[in-house]
Amino acid sequence: MHLFASLVFPPIGHLTQWKGILFKGTPIEVNKTVLIMWVSVALVFWLFYTASRRASLVPTGVQNLAEAAIDFVQNGIILQTMGEEGLSFTPFLVAVFGFILVCNIFEIIPFVQFPANARMAFPMFGALMVWVIYNTMGIKEHGFVGYLKSQTVPSGVPKALLLIVIPIEFLSNFILRPFSLAVRLFANELAGHLLLVTFAVLSTTLLTAHAVFLKPISVLPAAMLVALTGFELLVAVLQAFIFTILTGVYIAAATSHEH
Amino acid sequence: MLSLLADSNVTINAQEILKGLGAVGAGIGYGAAAVGPGIGIGIVVGNAITAMARQPEAAGMVRTTMFLGIAFTEALALIGFVVFILLKFT
Repeated sequence: MHLFASLVFPPIGHLTQWKGILFKGTPIEVNKTVLIMWVSVALVFWLFYTASRRASLVPTGVQNLAEAAIDFVQNGIILQTMGEEGLSFTPFLVAVFGFILVCNIFEIIPFVQFPANARMAFPMFGALMVWVIYNTMGIKEHGFVGYLKSQTVPSGVPKALLLIVIPIEFLSNFILRPFSLAVRLFANELAGHLLLVTFAVLSTTLLTAHAVFLKPISVLPAAMLVALTGFELLVAVLQAFIFTILTGVYIAAATSHEH
Repeated sequence: MLSLLADSNVTINAQEILKGLGAVGAGIGYGAAAVGPGIGIGIVVGNAITAMARQPEAAGMVRTTMFLGIAFTEALALIGFVVFILLKFT
């Protein structure tokens, strides 16, 4: 219909692939995604560095925020999943939580509006990193064979069923965990980005349409866009929290002695 | 649409048929993938509401566990979404 001639959804490459700025064409090409990740690292590092520079017993200013973040990770994540002996993981989990949170928040910041986790680079690397870490902790705790046994043979299973249970448990604990960790973060961010782009394109198209009666209808997708931006804020924080708490759960499960 | 077929100017291209079938498959795939997690999340949140109503002091812990459960079940729906994107756009 000629009414909607301009309602063309951009091809998905335009939404997620960005032009290289430096080192174009090489594997270390620097584009918008890479810049967002660098800024996230710099922000998180700056936050904790300035908080610790003139550390006082009664925190003020930036130190308040840093201490709140560390408190949240310790009480809400580490003590809930790993207990007291997991407290040595605090720096790692705070770094992961902070980095993923800032990367996700860039989705709703004007003029940037792209979450660095909408590309599979960091989700895949983060999941791989967590996989190496929880397997290393498990092997350190139980020894290699003992670790495999504790992960694949649940207690109380009759011997005859072990033929089926061991491959399923192996698949679930060693393959599906990192895969789902990566895909959960990646797909949440990509889906959020696509939703925001859809409603933005729709409201712009209706607003600039040729037929005048279409222009006031553009208020509806614009309102939806505002609501979705708020929802994306929730999803950004939630996904960072989920990634971090699942890291804690996996490390705790790998080092536990229940079986 | 049938009148289109009767029109002698319209040629049936095998590639376009495949593209159309791919789009249909992608849509059905995601639709089927969204059923399970939808029901699952409903069950998780419903039980969380019951728990919070029975014991309001435990609401914080229940809420945290509820979010964890939602993330697990939502991951399956999102894997379906990724498959849809892959089929439709590559």
